[in-house]
Amino acid sequence: MWNYSEKVMDHFRNPRNVGKISDPDGTGTVGSLACGDALTLMFKLDGNGRIVDVKFQTFGCASAIASSSALTELVLGKTIEEAEKITNKDIANYLGGLPDQKMHCSVMGREALEAAIHNYRTGETMVRNLEDHIICTCFGVSENEIRRVVTENSLTTVDEVTNFCKAGGGCGMCRGDIQKIIDSIRNAQTPPALALAPKPPRKLSNLQKMKLIEEIIDREIRPQLKKDGGDIELIDIVGDRVVIAFRGMCAGCHSAAFTRQDFIEAKLREFVDPAITVEEEGK
Amino acid sequence: MNTIYFDNNATTCVAPEVRDAMMPFFGELYGNPSSMHAFGGQVNKHVAEAREKIAAFLHAEPSEIIFTSCGTESDNMAIHGSAELLGRQAKVITSRVEHPAVLGPCRRLKDMGFSETEIPVDSVGQLDLDAFREALKGGGPAIVSIMWANNETGVVFPLEKIVAMAKEAGVVVHSDAVQVAGKLPIDVKKLPVDMLSISGHKLHAPKGIGIFYLRRGTRLKTYMLGGHQENGRRGGTENVPYIVGLGKACELASANMEAERRLVTRLRDKLENGLLATCPDASVNGDRAHRLPNTTNISFEYIEGESVIFDMNDLGICASTGSACAAGSLEPSHVIRAMGVPFTAVHGSIRFSLSRYNTEAEVDFVLEHMPKIVRRLRDLSPFRKGDALPVEL
Repeated sequence: MWNYSEKVMDHFRNPRNVGKISDPDGTGTVGSLACGDALTLMFKLDGNGRIVDVKFQTFGCASAIASSSALTELVLGKTIEEAEKITNKDIANYLGGLPDQKMHCSVMGREALEAAIHNYRTGETMVRNLEDHIICTCFGVSENEIRRVVTENSLTTVDEVTNFCKAGGGCGMCRGDIQKIIDSIRNAQTPPALALAPKPPRKLSNLQKMKLIEEIIDREIRPQLKKDGGDIELIDIVGDRVVIAFRGMCAGCHSAAFTRQDFIEAKLREFVDPAITVEEEGK
Repeated sequence: MNTIYFDNNATTCVAPEVRDAMMPFFGELYGNPSSMHAFGGQVNKHVAEAREKIAAFLHAEPSEIIFTSCGTESDNMAIHGSAELLGRQAKVITSRVEHPAVLGPCRRLKDMGFSETEIPVDSVGQLDLDAFREALKGGGPAIVSIMWANNETGVVFPLEKIVAMAKEAGVVVHSDAVQVAGKLPIDVKKLPVDMLSISGHKLHAPKGIGIFYLRRGTRLKTYMLGGHQENGRRGGTENVPYIVGLGKACELASANMEAERRLVTRLRDKLENGLLATCPDASVNGDRAHRLPNTTNISFEYIEGESVIFDMNDLGICASTGSACAAGSLEPSHVIRAMGVPFTAVHGSIRFSLSRYNTEAEVDFVLEHMPKIVRRLRDLSPFRKGDALPVEL
């Protein structure tokens, strides 16, 4: 059973602003029966351009209903400009958090709001831009939508992306493409100063050197190993000798010796000190 | 708040008689049945008695009963044990609606290079026997693993026919009988199946004990190595209290089966017919003519199963759903999807599964509240009948 917050359960049991508005200023619908959740949002503005009435209808799980209800509470009384700043995180935070696998419910709320605002501004029903490159065909999630959840929520793994927008949660064929999108965003986000790591000062204190080795392992080495289901543990640093142990899939992997020399040692020599040698614990 | 437990295909309560039978083995009778001394040896007598009761329950020989830790272990033992014996050239034949305990090992074998076939089912969840016949063609060694009754819909496969077809093709056949044990009679004298898996906690024994039935003469590579127990076929010191408990549970199941079948059929039918009469746009998933007596799986259109479960939970009613959200996955039940149930109904499927401990008053309580739950959630849903459906279908 899900561990929902009291606030989620309250909004599920007693959802606010349920229903329809007969002459709405904006209407947005996202999701479908096939996807397992869907939300229709309608709002009405007063003379000052503030949202005076908002209603929703949701088909979905307890957290989808609660997220929709929370969204209506968040937008009520706001101007369009204020409302469009609401992110999926705001919805999740308002509810005291959502389980990881349910974050897509908050994203659905944000998408419905966007669709309703688009409808208000243009009079058009927002349809998915066909130019948009669909990555996940099971749930119809586009590259732009994936880029957006990754950037807004600082996501780093494919599983997280699945939790936030469902992409990759069906047949799984697109998981490689999602990883590429994450990689491209993360590489772009790496500040140039780090990308072209400045040559370390010639003489590092022992403490500085140890810290730098740890940092390089965390930043440059471990994420690569994790992609293959492996991991690395730093065991000891004696002068220029770095002792490591392989974990996960790397442990006992036939190419571990190559990984140690051609990848780990090369990285540490590049970023820390050309004199470094890397050894595997007990070998 | 009283708990109304309609989720007996997930697990069952431990029968009080079973609990009482187990207690001495948590106390003074703690010896190891393999010990040479009388203190341990006396325990062996109780294990042997339990084995005899279970053999009688299945109309098997005591030597054909192997104790395992659960139904999942029995399934893995059957599939991996046969595959290792027969080698890569063996075909693996199973169905699309198996429990993950069977689909998991079969798909692992596929990854290892075995050819694997998953037989489809029709719209009421019955096995496509023509596709099965086709899969058996061509000769050569094969392992058939097809469930007896489905855990989600309760649909009972014609196992006599399936086993006969497999035997005619000369291949080894296993069946996951976890949902059948205790609900329908099992007689391995009449049914020439080679292997069966049974789980204790589905028939009022505790969780953590299973049965693997292995017909005498059926060859199998030992799956759990490391001890002489179970005649060297499953290593590990016997789980004595649970084995004794399971023996008692099987004895009770034999004694109660006919009365229980009558009771749960009547209650299930009352529940099912009542819900169909009071909730519009609801339909039964599965073959109503060939079903376990205790199970009904009903789809309520336009609403989502997890919400239904939560609303029922607030009233103390326990049931299950095939909805994706409840499982923490995004894909709804593979069983309901394999039947081609329309997507308008897949997400709102609810399973009620009864036992001899349920009462008519409990059924009446659910019948009183369920229509209100369905109405409340449909009032929230944008898909109510008559409303225009959103564009993106």
